[in-house]
Amino acid sequence: MSVPRAVRRGRPELYSDYAADMALLNTPAKRAWSAAILVAAVALPLLLDRDLLGLATQVVVYALAGIGLNLIAGYAGQLSLGHAFFMGLGAYTAALLGGTGGATVRGYELDLLVWLPLAGVVPALFGWVVAPLAARVKGLYLAILTLGLLFVGEHVFKEASWLTGGSGLGRAPAEAVVLGFDLYEARVLLGREIPAEGVFYLFCLILLVVLGVLARNLARSRTGRAFAAVRDRDIAAEVMGVPLVRTKRLAFTLSSFYAGVAGALLTVLLGYTTPERWNLLLSIDFLAVVLIGGVATVTGPIAGAAFVVLMPRFIETFAGSLPFIAGTVGAPGILNVFQLQRMLFGVMIVVFLVLEPRGLFGIWIRVRNYFRAWPFSY
Amino acid sequence: MTTRSLADALRGTSVDLTEGAPLLEVEDLALRFGGTRAIDGVSFDVRQGELFAVIGPNGAGKTSIFNCISGVYRPQEGRVRFMGDDLVGTAPDAIADRGVARTFQNIELFDNLTVVENLMLGRHQHLDYGVLAGMLWVGPARRAELANRRIVEDIIDFLEIAAHRKLPVGMLPYGVKKRVELGRALAMEPKLLLLDEPVAGMNVEETEDMARFVLDIRSELGTAMILVEHDMGLVMDLADRVMVMDFGRRIALGRPDEVQRDPAVIQAYLGEPEVTP
Repeated sequence: MSVPRAVRRGRPELYSDYAADMALLNTPAKRAWSAAILVAAVALPLLLDRDLLGLATQVVVYALAGIGLNLIAGYAGQLSLGHAFFMGLGAYTAALLGGTGGATVRGYELDLLVWLPLAGVVPALFGWVVAPLAARVKGLYLAILTLGLLFVGEHVFKEASWLTGGSGLGRAPAEAVVLGFDLYEARVLLGREIPAEGVFYLFCLILLVVLGVLARNLARSRTGRAFAAVRDRDIAAEVMGVPLVRTKRLAFTLSSFYAGVAGALLTVLLGYTTPERWNLLLSIDFLAVVLIGGVATVTGPIAGAAFVVLMPRFIETFAGSLPFIAGTVGAPGILNVFQLQRMLFGVMIVVFLVLEPRGLFGIWIRVRNYFRAWPFSY
Repeated sequence: MTTRSLADALRGTSVDLTEGAPLLEVEDLALRFGGTRAIDGVSFDVRQGELFAVIGPNGAGKTSIFNCISGVYRPQEGRVRFMGDDLVGTAPDAIADRGVARTFQNIELFDNLTVVENLMLGRHQHLDYGVLAGMLWVGPARRAELANRRIVEDIIDFLEIAAHRKLPVGMLPYGVKKRVELGRALAMEPKLLLLDEPVAGMNVEETEDMARFVLDIRSELGTAMILVEHDMGLVMDLADRVMVMDFGRRIALGRPDEVQRDPAVIQAYLGEPEVTP
């Protein structure tokens, strides 16, 4: 049964079958916005310079890790501070398999098609193994338990110098080469020179779209609902037939997979990485990505990542015009740029928690509802 | 798309039992919390298609019996046999899988999920695709979701909650939440339905609606139900048999009219007759 166009007009939520209702992009507005944002994202390498493209790539990679953290912390409600550890595990798996060896570190110089999947699979397996332990506790206790994991992990990373290069030294990342095609090399596309950062950006963007859609599908499937059930009321979830430990374990495994892939990509982008990088501050960065973007959403962390990555640069660029801010450490002024960045970062987390707990996604919903009801105010 | 009868949508509720065998058999059940005897040697059975009510003053152990049947608590003594299998020591999700569904006294819905999603959670055990199939969506996951969505919509029609379909459950009024919870239990295609105070805190109109749903479920699906309730009018009108509990013990069991005349029951509810000096 099809509904005539004239009847459908102005009624975006008039469905005549369940498939249309359950589609990911189930209104014309969602389809239009998604297409526009995707086109803009693909066109970025033609518009930005190398420096900004590197930043854009970082946004994409942060979004990927944020989606992973949102699977465990947002959807399944298991607050994990160990995200940076799983990212580090993915990064070093990639560096070991895809990097070049040296006097102190090992490397097998394998193809990206080998090291990138394994950079996800190894942390996922590790998550699968430790999850039953973590599934026994929840809330603050789980946060402390995963914090312990993070500290143990950081120590192991510092000691295992054959893998990580050792404390303070670090090692070079994996080579992003697919079947001889270097993804980190300037290319000519549509008669325009695309810098190396732009090529890698496009690769990361494809991964983000694919893994983002997979996560979104997961969220609307039986597994995603089981995650939410465990988060909202674990006893009722069990009585509904959702096995608690198995569901939490699955959330840990999937989240670690996303973290590992993101960690591997992040090292390729940043170059040399030291074991100290995978610390609590990085985990908190991703909690901020999730909180500012929107808890239990997939599009939220993308907006959150843009916010977390771009805000420091924004401050750095515009702080020069404020008289009391020093451009560098030691220059005259009440605060230097870096202090201002950290402070505003903390302030933004507080502001979002208090004023809009649903994050940027929640603000978007409000704006959308305002225009949907326009010209009425309710 | 034509609407189906509930019996066509929920075929799994039919029970295949040998004639005369009870659906649920509880024997000498005992549950202690430290020195407190929450349930103290209670036995009863529920037959196929029966509406069995459990009443008693607050703290008599009614909800504890539900928690023992659904696996939330593990009783220290006794057996809970459902269709011949002992349920004691079985995990709650495995008990749910065998066809025991329940509602809760203090609504235990998933507040951030919509009505449809809550009911789809009731279908969890009936959706048999894997995690990777769910992530890919196309194929088995989509087919299963569509077929089960239709069943969920049949339940939504039956319970008259279509207007609330897409709203997060946390935003709904109390009476509607109680209905959604009944719907979620129904979606599990139960062979035995445990209703823990389905009309607590409801006005007369809402109570009558709920009574109508319970009777309709009975006539359309023939599902056996255990009802814990304080509303005596409802219990006496609906139940086939009533068990009365006090301080964890069974003090009476029989037809509603028998139980109402039982001196032990009158004593439990009204207290000892005052001895005049």
